[in-house]
Amino acid sequence: MQNHVLNDLYAVVRRCPDKLAYSDGEHGLTFAQVYDHSRRVGSYLHRAGIYKRPVVVFMRRSPEEVAAFFGVVAGGCFYVPVDVEMPQSRVQLILDNVQAPLVICDDTTWEAGQELQLGGGRAVRYGALLDTPVDGEALAAIHARAIDTDPIYIVFTSGSTGVPKGVAACHRSVLDYITQLSEVLGFDGDTVFGNQSPLYFDACLKELYPTLRYGATTYLIPKKLFSMPVALVDYLNCHQINTICWVVSALSMVSAFGTFQEVKPRYLRTVAFGSEVFPLQQFRLWRQALPQADFVNLYGPTEGTGMCCFYRVDREFEDGEPIPIGRPFPNREILLLTPEGAPAKPGEAGELCIRGTSVTLGYYNDPERTARAFVQNPLNHAYPEIIYRTGDIGRYNERGELVFVSRRDAQIKHMGHRVELGEIETAAAALPEIRLCACLYDGAKSRIILCYVGEIVQGELARRLRARLPRYMLPARLIPLDAMPFTANGKIDRLALKQRYIPQD
Amino acid sequence: MEELLNILSELHPDVDFTCQEGLVDDAILDSMDIVSLIAAIKDVYDVSITARDIVPEHFNSAAALYRLIQRLADED
Repeated sequence: MQNHVLNDLYAVVRRCPDKLAYSDGEHGLTFAQVYDHSRRVGSYLHRAGIYKRPVVVFMRRSPEEVAAFFGVVAGGCFYVPVDVEMPQSRVQLILDNVQAPLVICDDTTWEAGQELQLGGGRAVRYGALLDTPVDGEALAAIHARAIDTDPIYIVFTSGSTGVPKGVAACHRSVLDYITQLSEVLGFDGDTVFGNQSPLYFDACLKELYPTLRYGATTYLIPKKLFSMPVALVDYLNCHQINTICWVVSALSMVSAFGTFQEVKPRYLRTVAFGSEVFPLQQFRLWRQALPQADFVNLYGPTEGTGMCCFYRVDREFEDGEPIPIGRPFPNREILLLTPEGAPAKPGEAGELCIRGTSVTLGYYNDPERTARAFVQNPLNHAYPEIIYRTGDIGRYNERGELVFVSRRDAQIKHMGHRVELGEIETAAAALPEIRLCACLYDGAKSRIILCYVGEIVQGELARRLRARLPRYMLPARLIPLDAMPFTANGKIDRLALKQRYIPQD
Repeated sequence: MEELLNILSELHPDVDFTCQEGLVDDAILDSMDIVSLIAAIKDVYDVSITARDIVPEHFNSAAALYRLIQRLADED
């Protein structure tokens, strides 16, 4: 039975050792090199007596960083990726939480690493790890003792209080996820991934692990290119990238400025997207540019290991109609639960709760917040069974497809009506002039606030919304913004908007 | 030019945009900044910057960006 994520690495290195595995476009590592690096890193950990501990990887997004992840797992430990992009205070909070004995730096992060409080741990350069001779016997023993419920990584997500939460995931969750995802998206040995996400989020699981399983290739696209749409498409074409799983804001950046009139991606066959609602105008531009490609909407929280639900776009959408999140991948279930913990009735909205192997281990060193979100399945009184409450509200549409409605805290009671702020956003986003919008609720003043980015003045927007929304759902304040604030993983930063526009008591 | 500097300062109040030559190359501006910059430039100068012109040479310094705005305004 498959019980270890590195089994795929050990198999692929026999099949195609000299094939390019990971590259940033200029510099890459073959599977044989990834294998060798990971064995040296694992051997170093063993020599240092570090086993079943978190190991922080503080490196530039690079093929070596990926090899470091696998090396940490080869040594029987679990990796905690942090990045120079993160504010130093956040990195420090993460280090304080995990208490890692070792922080692996590279030359670009070494200095920043010196400024961190490492507690009882120490920093080491990646280059120094590669000088370690491979101890095959020790690595084999570590591998033999591993069980598939052992953690392999901790990635940190934003907490509503500002203290990040470390989501720990095990071999089994990741193996299950990549198996289901690969089947749905049709990965194979010819797949060439164009990775957009930072490596310190679970979003990169989509590329990193299927690359091992299928002997595929992943290009870590330089972040700078996501500001330069024509150069970005040239990069995709230059490396014959055929599969991308990007956040919606990255896809919109390409389509919004007429890029496809200059240049089109020639090899793309699979375009997966997620983490935000795709504005239909932008989505249509992508489909027109790539009529043969598969477009798949993905949905899932980090706590459910990568993505949990998928919808392959198979029809046209009306303005204002959200693209569904579809249905769960096999081997997991989505429960729609009411606030009382009962199943939602047909057509009724409920909280999306995840059941199955993909539910992660919980928040590292954080029993209180773990207990609030990872709870006993309220429909099962017979034996312990943990489900994850996503805090997202969804419902089934008349076609039986799951649709994301809003965040749980976005459901408000206003003038006696239950209002989903997401519905107001959907109505506003349907206007072609609106590029991005986010709805907030000022509970103290009972006011709905709509922040938006787009070429439309407030008066005109108010007039158009009146034609689309019931009176009680009309925002009392419309705030035009030059730009939406975003969280590090590309979602609209609602907390920042609230702090800016809703006075705190 | 002053208006452009104001727009830039709103994005990053901590950066002195009069002396920066590598706004894109040094990752001072990210993709979200570029998107909002283009929107603000359209509001203030009434010029539309399209993909063809979204290249580092035009966005690496305030001066280069201002030259692009003037060129696009002349073309109208």
